[in-house]
Amino acid sequence: MIQIKKVSKSYVGEVVLNSISCRIERDTSTVLLGPSGAGKSTLLRCINGMVAIDSGEIVVDNMPLSSNLEKLREFRKSIGMVFQQFNLIKRASVLENVLCGRLSYTPVLPSLFTKFTNIDYELACHYLDKVGLYDKRLQRAGQLSGGQQQRVSIARALAQQPKILLADEPVASLDPKTSISILDLLRNIREEEKISLVLTLHNVDLAMKYSRKIIGLNRGRIIAQYDTSNTSAREIDDVYNTYPEVC
Amino acid sequence: MTVYDIEKVRQEMAPQYLWPAVGLAIVVVLSFQQADFSLMKLINGLPEMANFVSDAFPPDYSRLSEFLLSILQTIEISIAGTFLAIILAVPIGIGASGNFSPHPVIYWTCRTLLNLTRSVSEMIVALIFVTAVGLGPFSGLLALAVHSAGMLGKFYAEAIENVNSGEIEAIKATGATTSQVLRYAVLPQILPEIITVILFRWETNIRSATVLGMVGAGGIGFDLITSIRLFQYQETSAIIILTLLTVAIIDQINSRLRAHII
Repeated sequence: MIQIKKVSKSYVGEVVLNSISCRIERDTSTVLLGPSGAGKSTLLRCINGMVAIDSGEIVVDNMPLSSNLEKLREFRKSIGMVFQQFNLIKRASVLENVLCGRLSYTPVLPSLFTKFTNIDYELACHYLDKVGLYDKRLQRAGQLSGGQQQRVSIARALAQQPKILLADEPVASLDPKTSISILDLLRNIREEEKISLVLTLHNVDLAMKYSRKIIGLNRGRIIAQYDTSNTSAREIDDVYNTYPEVC
Repeated sequence: MTVYDIEKVRQEMAPQYLWPAVGLAIVVVLSFQQADFSLMKLINGLPEMANFVSDAFPPDYSRLSEFLLSILQTIEISIAGTFLAIILAVPIGIGASGNFSPHPVIYWTCRTLLNLTRSVSEMIVALIFVTAVGLGPFSGLLALAVHSAGMLGKFYAEAIENVNSGEIEAIKATGATTSQVLRYAVLPQILPEIITVILFRWETNIRSATVLGMVGAGGIGFDLITSIRLFQYQETSAIIILTLLTVAIIDQINSRLRAHII
């Protein structure tokens, strides 16, 4: 369970997160929904410490998030992350990209010379197979299509064997059909691997379909929280309408 | 429709360029004058030059094997010097990069070090090393290494700063250490550029290495200056021709390698 307690963050005087508090349950799928600039991506990055918060507290499975770099790294081990632009090492092979997910398990010196253990290779192959790209393992990541690149980046995150998977606009750079297949993949993985999935999305219908809980953000505040089993898409549209001028 | 007063527009424009132009003209004229520029002297000196050229031909290749050994040494100095520079530049380049420097003090130290080593020419660095480690190729090698480390370090730092931050973020998010981020997110992105710059550097270093011998830092330059001092102009011309050939051949190899990489 992720507890976010009165978290605030500003960038050069601009408030991005304004005393945000919420809970994200274990083994569920939660969507952070809101217009551009609402603070979704920043909140997501606070959870794995990629963004240092100004005040407040984040507690993951009863462990408060530390600002100590060493502890933070240990913490990031168990949190996978997937990005809008995939952020693969384009010049490296698909397999090498997935092996990057094992970096935190590998002593630094061997890792600098790409010395991974058999277990690392086995996990990388296993997850590549799971996302359906085992056959492409020797290709350069940059040569794959957008949907394939996102699959590789999901495999990279899974190779960390995470308890939590964060996905920052995972389908915003993809066409509608590919988007559905990526979200289906994420849902299946969440169920099979028993991990908590936190995504940011800005499409209400997709959010309804792929999550159990929606946290609506706008202008750095939580506007509403919905249980998708008993809410209509129309109600959720309010997230965008609260400050219509910023949309 | 507006009627434009073109004359006025012209007048508004003109003064902007007048003073800079006058200033530049003064600097250029003064420079020529202070550097003793004289067309007459050049024309009067032409027969002297013709004498030198006629003295220098035909080239005397009787000591060819000695010269070839010196040229080989020159190439060796350039390779070893460049190699040492590639390695020396890594920590300094990382330290001088805005995004990966561990501390502001280290950042400024590395920047200063890079500026210092780059602003002093190889010849002067070589003179300093000759006093330290004595005459010979070793001081030349060190001179090239120091000067090139400054050039390469500056380049590494800039390349590291221009890396796509998304890939850095992704590797960081896996829980990787800084050195792992450098190895997996930064290195693959900058490698092709860096290899190109290293090859360029080697090419420059070959040229520099041919004159390092003039200050006693080994290589063909030493034979060159000796032949001139002993008025053996036919040997001088042989050395110059051999040097030109060597540099041309290595340029060719280099540009092929670069084309292969890009």
